Amino acid sequence: MAGRTLIVDGYLTTRPRLYGRGTLLILGAFLWMGVFLFAPLAGLAVLAFATRGEYGGVEWTFTWGNLVRLAGWDEFGFSWNHVQIVWRSLWLATVTTVLCLLIGFPMAFWIAAKPARWRGLLLALIMVPSCVNLVIRTYAWQQFLGAQMPAAWVAQHLGLVPEGSALYPTVAAVYLGMVSCMLPFTVLPLYTSVERLDWTLVEAARDLHAGRLRTFRHGILAQCMPGLLAATILTFIPSLGMFVISDMLGGAKFLLIGNLIQQQFGSMNDWPFGATAGLFLVLASLVALWGLRLVSERETPHARGRR
Amino acid sequence: MSRLPRWIGWASWLGVVILYIPLLAVAILSFNSTRYGQQWGGFTLDWYAKMAANEAILSAAWNSLLLGVASTLIATVAGTLLAIGLHRTPWPRWFQRGSDLAINLPVVTPDIILAIALVGAFAVLREWSAVFKPGLVTLIIAHATFQISFVALVVGSRLATIGRDQVEAARDLYANTGQIWLRVLLPQLMPGIIAGALLAFTISLDDFVVSFFVSGPDSTTLPLLIYASVRRGVTPEIHALSTVIVAGTMLAIILTAWLQTRRDATPKD
Repeated sequence: MAGRTLIVDGYLTTRPRLYGRGTLLILGAFLWMGVFLFAPLAGLAVLAFATRGEYGGVEWTFTWGNLVRLAGWDEFGFSWNHVQIVWRSLWLATVTTVLCLLIGFPMAFWIAAKPARWRGLLLALIMVPSCVNLVIRTYAWQQFLGAQMPAAWVAQHLGLVPEGSALYPTVAAVYLGMVSCMLPFTVLPLYTSVERLDWTLVEAARDLHAGRLRTFRHGILAQCMPGLLAATILTFIPSLGMFVISDMLGGAKFLLIGNLIQQQFGSMNDWPFGATAGLFLVLASLVALWGLRLVSERETPHARGRR
Repeated sequence: MSRLPRWIGWASWLGVVILYIPLLAVAILSFNSTRYGQQWGGFTLDWYAKMAANEAILSAAWNSLLLGVASTLIATVAGTLLAIGLHRTPWPRWFQRGSDLAINLPVVTPDIILAIALVGAFAVLREWSAVFKPGLVTLIIAHATFQISFVALVVGSRLATIGRDQVEAARDLYANTGQIWLRVLLPQLMPGIIAGALLAFTISLDDFVVSFFVSGPDSTTLPLLIYASVRRGVTPEIHALSTVIVAGTMLAIILTAWLQTRRDATPKD
């Protein structure tokens, strides 16, 4: 093996020489990522099973205790607190994804139907806010929902909220913030699949006397499946780890897994439990990815041959 | 495409409104002369002047800039070399797949997980050197860590479009390795490298979560400052600051798009 020569990029070389050059090139980046990313991530998985020390440090005695605590049991018996937090996070991510798809899907068609020179502009219009810092956008929602602003005035006069009060912190404010934060990432993948839509298939469905719903289901939706899937992933997974929006628009009672992790690494100083919550977040994301993949395989059996 | 139902347009405008209305509200409030509350008290530019003279805001802006530039430099160099090393070496299959996975990991992992992993890493490294105490250095390291992946992905996709035949041709014309790098590979990679660096810089400016976890008391960045000011009670200077950042972001995007179209329009020689 070692002595054999091969031709790469037009000149004679040996495999070891190529490997030597390649290793030199990738060494810096992979060393950096190894020290600051891969090792710490692995460490996090270990930390999740350690215990909190008497005064907040970490003791390396391994238990399942943190997982049990996340499931609701602690030294004082069962409480719904953590279960509620986990459930709320999953629910918020799901509803946000559904809302984003409901608004984003029409938007994708709307953009795709415009003349070519408008499309780029409209896409930019939708992507630009996502480049503005999340804290600023959330802060902007706080201002918009403030007590003396038009939206609150309308709500006060309709009797939805008491006189003189702001529209945040509320659950509705969190959803507004979440949808406006995630919407660009829903629209973009949807648009790319809508744009490539083969409309002859839709016409064929109509010719075969399919009703409106069936035409949509089999003529349009089936073709958009890859885009829908990408949109769901890009919306759901970041939503799951969110903590800024819930913190700024939902108030102290609206805790998500993200807030829980932040508390454990901050004021509570219980890193092992924070790591456990983090591990749960990663696992939940992986399960979601895997589930969506199953759905896509069932929904688009023809896609495998085509792509 | 067949004609779309009317409601699709309405739903789309609803989406656009949701994206823009809060930003618009802040922009309007930044010109409001009322100090407390949101009652309209008349037009003023005072808050912009006050913002420009505010020590805390200026130092946060400086920190953000320094952090963005330093981490982007590190990530661009490391990420570009990584992309070239991965794409231009006949690595065994398992290694290529493993590397792909490794590069994609920071892109798909939620910020907060990266953040706590880094917090843990710095806590361990602090035992060994005081450099790793929370501050600008840890921020730069943290940002570069996830930026490397983005640069490597962007440069890698550009690298895939440059055929091996050009390197071969250069070699046939007796170019040495140095010349091939400087005259053939890098010039063609440049748009990819610049795009990767711009993306990395944007991500750095955009980041809140990771910064929130690894920053120290002396290394407040703009997003951290705004977040903290929400806790302490907002002053209209923050409205002005937010508006400036939003306008700056939009200008940067328009500029990038304009440069892109101009470059595409110039005929290739």
